[in-house]
Amino acid sequence: MSATFVGMPGFPEFPSFPEAAHEAVRDKTLRGNLRHATHTIRAKRAKAVAEVSDWAALREAGRQIKDHTLRHLDRYLVQVEEAVTAAGGTVHWAVDADEANRIVADLVKRTGEREVVKVKSMATQEIGLNEALEAEGIHAYETDLAELIVQLGKDRPSHILVPAIHRNRGEIRDIFRSEMSAWGRPAPEGLSDTPAELAEAARLHLREKFLRAKVGISGANFVVAETGTLVVVESEGNGRMCLTLPETLISVVGIEKIVPTWRDLEVFLQTLPRSSTAERMNPYTSMWTGTTGQDGPSTFHLVLLDNGRTDTLADQVGRQALRCIRCSACLNVCPVYERAGGHAYGSVYPGPIGAILSPQLRGTGSEIDASLPYASSLCGACYEVCPVAIDIPEVLVHLRERVAQGGQATRGGNKVVLKPAKGHAAERTAMRAARLALSHPGLLRGGQRLASRTRRFHPRSLPGPGKAWSGTRDLPALPAEPFRDWWQRTHAERGGQGGKDGAK
Amino acid sequence: MRVALFLTCVNDTLYPDTGRAVVKLLTRLGVDVDFPMAQTCCGQAHYNTGYRHEAEPLARRFAEVFRGYEAIVTPSGSCGAMVRDLYPRMGERAHAEGRGDTLARTLAPVVPKTYELTEFLVDVLGVTDVGAYYPHTVTYHPTCHGLRVLGLGDRPRRLLQAVKGLELVELPGAEECCGFGGTFAVKNPDVSAAMGTDKVRNAESTGAEVLCAADNSCLMHIGGTMTRLRTGMRPVHLAEILASTEEEPAA
Repeated sequence: MSATFVGMPGFPEFPSFPEAAHEAVRDKTLRGNLRHATHTIRAKRAKAVAEVSDWAALREAGRQIKDHTLRHLDRYLVQVEEAVTAAGGTVHWAVDADEANRIVADLVKRTGEREVVKVKSMATQEIGLNEALEAEGIHAYETDLAELIVQLGKDRPSHILVPAIHRNRGEIRDIFRSEMSAWGRPAPEGLSDTPAELAEAARLHLREKFLRAKVGISGANFVVAETGTLVVVESEGNGRMCLTLPETLISVVGIEKIVPTWRDLEVFLQTLPRSSTAERMNPYTSMWTGTTGQDGPSTFHLVLLDNGRTDTLADQVGRQALRCIRCSACLNVCPVYERAGGHAYGSVYPGPIGAILSPQLRGTGSEIDASLPYASSLCGACYEVCPVAIDIPEVLVHLRERVAQGGQATRGGNKVVLKPAKGHAAERTAMRAARLALSHPGLLRGGQRLASRTRRFHPRSLPGPGKAWSGTRDLPALPAEPFRDWWQRTHAERGGQGGKDGAK
Repeated sequence: MRVALFLTCVNDTLYPDTGRAVVKLLTRLGVDVDFPMAQTCCGQAHYNTGYRHEAEPLARRFAEVFRGYEAIVTPSGSCGAMVRDLYPRMGERAHAEGRGDTLARTLAPVVPKTYELTEFLVDVLGVTDVGAYYPHTVTYHPTCHGLRVLGLGDRPRRLLQAVKGLELVELPGAEECCGFGGTFAVKNPDVSAAMGTDKVRNAESTGAEVLCAADNSCLMHIGGTMTRLRTGMRPVHLAEILASTEEEPAA
């Protein structure tokens, strides 16, 4: 019954992005599922955003609130701890995934329970909490419909908001039919692939888990520092069940999720639902502040998770990734994500935001993390839709520099000088050679002339590494002469600056 | 006005017809255009592949070569975006690295004077009807850096709509990237090719003879895909359409 998916730390077994994508682009079902889903949500989001007249101002406000909070995170974290403690909760600090998992496992064990129900949470996916709990003999049940599909299918999530986006209805019906019985209530006889029947099957299956569970585990979309209030926004109501029915609630939250005041929520509660599900308002917004008498859980624990965030915060260019509110608009609009699918990113954070988060949270040491900064054509569609204005292309290029050239970074709280990643030596030499040639127009011109004069002998496709281009595209035909030769022939007599051969 | 043509290294080497078209077009519109022979490359490929420090000498050279002109015109959205959007950032990064503001000060003068061709035509010269004649069905692909970084908006479309004989048809999914992305095209060839194929299939569905864009790098990728897929469509740079006249029609 254990899932195959392990959390973010230590998955060096993932192939590089281009390798993974090589398979994914050939999977017709996957391509069809992703194309349909991303195009649908893309169009809806555009409509939902267009009807807000002050969207640009909201986006800018969101950026500023996040930047301000990150700038003073030390102060706000302490404020959160004080407020949550005062409200009857207990705050724990986890420097990394292992520590967070240990804390949660110990807290669950202390209740004597062997089962927990989970609210959809990226932070617990990130640390591989389900697998860590399983190793301690504790079963964690995902209750978000899409997470349930992923868990039952022994699969990996491929999208931040819609983890089973790579599955179509027929595949989901098959998973429910064959797997539900091993986890609890089996799928109803003769289950079809209509959305209503699939949802009803999940509802029946999950209901017995909600009613039995004594421990709930969640993440949070926001933590309000001034009161210590946690906020979860969701569509299904399953989260509300997990947050209110159990006796003990444990929330694992990344330290970047803080907003200073309730007032700040007015911005994000407008931008998040429109950006993620294209809704004006999400159906369920649950907020809780510590514990309250007999209403809801009587014990509340908040585990504040670092896991690479402080290191990311230390980087002047890369820190903007911590503004992310996990809306997934960047995934839905990304042409690369649409074709490669979420699994190719080798992380619970796929798509453009994953391509800048994973190599920062995990470092650029592994093959997958060193390849992620290149998993983009830099088209900029992600930046355009980001509700907190993360300039994803800027961070991608910055991380490419780190991979190709090495340089200063912060790992584990210490300043380190990274060596360039493997496999970039030839590229480095080529870039340097190109720069030298381009610094001397004479050399450029010599090369151009040589190329033009031998053009009849040039093949239309290339062998070896050149196949990366010519495997699918013809090479352009070379002209008889470069422009500069034509210019000099036809305009040199004018005697202007252009006539002079500044090439020497 | 002293106007310099910043042709870009790709156009100089592979697409001289585009350069000749810009010269012909601007000359026809009464602009005295010069091609400074010392120009080479703006450094975009270096910068975007993660070699910012190799791009810096090329940026300094660009600023040196072009600083004496009142306007610098380029038929490339992405190279224009390199100068306008990324040169200032290079200066800021150098400053943040404790290297003072020399680079920022060197690059600053050329930044506001650099125009992508359609910006120069519409904003500086104030023309949308450039007197062109091009009797073909054309669909227009807005390239990403022109669209999102420079914000070219409807300028290219307005210019095309004013061309005599030209029938402009809408490209489905026009604002989606074609999949070129510089070194992305070879570092992630499968995804790049899949994006290119989708772009070409969308172009084909319009029934147009010509796919037009304002950046030959993207057109190299799209055109290479078109011939490989045997579509019969042609990629043509916007400048070549605008340069075409009834007296001297484009080939």
